[in-house]
Amino acid sequence: MSTGEREVSRDEIHAFSDGELSAERAAAVELWLRENPDEQRLADDIQRINEALRSFFGPVANEPIPVRLRDTVQRRRGRPRLWLRLAAALLLVLAGGLAGWFGRDLAGHGERVIQALASESFSAHKVFVVEVRHPVEVAAAQEQHLVRWLTKRLGAEVRAPDLRSVGYALVGGRLLSADAGPAAQFMYETREGRRLTLYVRQNAEGGETAFRFKAAGSLSGFYWLEGPLAYAIVAELPREELLTVATQIYNQLEE
Amino acid sequence: MSDLDLIVDVIPSLRRYARALTGRADEADDLVQDCLERAMSRWQLWQRDRELRPWMFTIMHNLFISGRRRAARRPVEIDIDGNEDLPGVAPNQMAGLEMAELSAALDKLSDEQREVVLLVGLEGFTYAEVAEIAQVPIGTVMSRLSRGRERLRVLLAGGGGPALRRGK
Repeated sequence: MSTGEREVSRDEIHAFSDGELSAERAAAVELWLRENPDEQRLADDIQRINEALRSFFGPVANEPIPVRLRDTVQRRRGRPRLWLRLAAALLLVLAGGLAGWFGRDLAGHGERVIQALASESFSAHKVFVVEVRHPVEVAAAQEQHLVRWLTKRLGAEVRAPDLRSVGYALVGGRLLSADAGPAAQFMYETREGRRLTLYVRQNAEGGETAFRFKAAGSLSGFYWLEGPLAYAIVAELPREELLTVATQIYNQLEE
Repeated sequence: MSDLDLIVDVIPSLRRYARALTGRADEADDLVQDCLERAMSRWQLWQRDRELRPWMFTIMHNLFISGRRRAARRPVEIDIDGNEDLPGVAPNQMAGLEMAELSAALDKLSDEQREVVLLVGLEGFTYAEVAEIAQVPIGTVMSRLSRGRERLRVLLAGGGGPALRRGK
């Protein structure tokens, strides 16, 4: 760099060190550097900095992945499968399928929760849906309070899905007693006064299932397990209509 | 191999980068976790013809920069305890350059400079990829890179002696 202007800019020395130059230009810069020791030292230092970064921080990538990070990804793993089963459920319903239930068989605990869920949600529906004066304990006007309260009691995040897009407005909800502990019921109503209930209880051992369907008399229900909670939606509706509502709820709870 | 396995495969390099970027193991993994959560929630937005790794680094960049803006001011001193979590110095390399020295020097760079220095030097991204990750023109990547590295060079050569030089 003894004479005249610089032929190679500093940015170019960095680009050279990072392998960003064309082969031709890189060769020219290399030659130039030989005659410009100060700049050669810059290039060397860039290499040393990069080597130091890689040798100091490189080992982090070889550490085992912390469980919480792996879980963040794995937690969602069931989702596509569940969607596939949902699609399968829809097909069965459209085809007037015989299947009363679908999805993987759960042994032991899961199966017990499913059975309890079905019977509890149907009885709770029958008891409260006919109530004229006190259908709910806390009305929709206090939705935030209701949700906070139920979340606290059930020990997992409970939400009241918004079903207005399928014609149902939230009436409110109540705390119930299930055999396994506290449970919650949300009630929804159409403008014509047709009601449906969403029943939520604890699913202590976790796990998830696809939708299952149960009909008893004029009542239909879809129910499923999802992580810490188990859900059942019950109404006096044909299966296909109830499936629309169930899908809506499922989507919202997944968000 | 499912899409989720692809995400899991990116975690080690996200952790490595976040560790160098924040200088602290706990803060780094929090950043990685936020990044994974956001990636999962935006999964539908990932276009299959795009490389997954730069896409996830873009998410991390956005979270890091917005987090730093919220924090308004970075702490001036380096947390000594945090350094215990950092990997030890590999014996044969950069004999004269201590880990703590490099960490302290990195910490003195602006967030933007540190990001570019690490994305290129540690993670091996091309300038074009870094431009995409940081959402700035390539010229900006180059100027941040040369300023950042030259600042590092001065910091490492200053003080008690030419630390960078002792290596060779």
